[in-house]
Amino acid sequence: MGLEAKLNGNSFFTTTVDALTEWARKNSVWPMPMGISCCAIEMMASGDPKYDIARFGSEVMRFTPRQCDLMIVAGTVTYKMSHVVRKIYDQMPDPKWVIAMGACTSSGGMYRSYPVVQGIDQFLPVDIYLAGCPPRPDNLLNALIQIQEKIGRTKARDFQDKPLPRLTVVQPNGEFLQNN
Amino acid sequence: MASPKELLEQRLNEKFSGENFIFNEHRNELTVSLDKKNIIAVCKYLKEEPELAFRLCEDITAVDWATRKNRFSVVYHIYSLKMNFRLALKASVDEKDCNIDSVSSVWNTANWHERETFDMYGIHFNNHPDLRRMYMPEEFEYHPLRKDFPLMGIPGSLSLPKNKN
Repeated sequence: MGLEAKLNGNSFFTTTVDALTEWARKNSVWPMPMGISCCAIEMMASGDPKYDIARFGSEVMRFTPRQCDLMIVAGTVTYKMSHVVRKIYDQMPDPKWVIAMGACTSSGGMYRSYPVVQGIDQFLPVDIYLAGCPPRPDNLLNALIQIQEKIGRTKARDFQDKPLPRLTVVQPNGEFLQNN
Repeated sequence: MASPKELLEQRLNEKFSGENFIFNEHRNELTVSLDKKNIIAVCKYLKEEPELAFRLCEDITAVDWATRKNRFSVVYHIYSLKMNFRLALKASVDEKDCNIDSVSSVWNTANWHERETFDMYGIHFNNHPDLRRMYMPEEFEYHPLRKDFPLMGIPGSLSLPKNKN
């Protein structure tokens, strides 16, 4: 995706670009607040002045997935909701990361029953599992720091082989154009 | 002045003479058991009789007794603001003939309560305007609050999104 996908090999130039993009990317992770239930309250608290997620560059919670890098799935995901979560995840541009916040998203938690997905890793690639029911805001900040470390380890070649997402664009004359 | 319980007993037996009502009081809560064929007539009477005026239908649900002859009881919780009195109506439904008349023509709010009861217990409400599932996906085949439904569900009965990456 983007500029680094066009560069080949690990030359001096690309490593320098890597360092720059990593630094830029990890210090402004824009979260998609997928607040489904009570964990969302703690997620909101992490944005308030006491915990202040802005210290880590993530204060811009976007309510459109198309402007986000990080999906914070905060709450119990039922089978019916899982399709919605996946649809929103699919709309986020690459590269993207996922935090499974709390016991319910990580394992089903106390809802060991028929409507609840027993762990969102059954349909989403999860980067960080966050313990707690719900986790405290400082726990969420810790997860964010770990995501930043993970972003800091990414290289341009990690994204080079990924195909571009298939998009359909409607032209002004009404025709459909597909990019690949 | 007669207490709400006495008034109800007197009025119901007078209006529907020959029908078998069972009045049961437990911890100041009155329950009336009745035959399911009378449910609309009784509900309409309780709502529209000015002295009783059970205008508010608080909840409709069911009980699965699993091994009893009449497997289900459909329970109606109704409330009279005029008397400040809460009443439960109970009608037995057999598993083989698993239906009861809808009271959504009496209380509009019964519409969604009956949809929920249908979703969870599989009891059909005759003449319901829109009897679809309330919580579970429409293609789901089971009724989760029945006693023979396993707690963890039936594997493969609910779909997950396909993992594209």
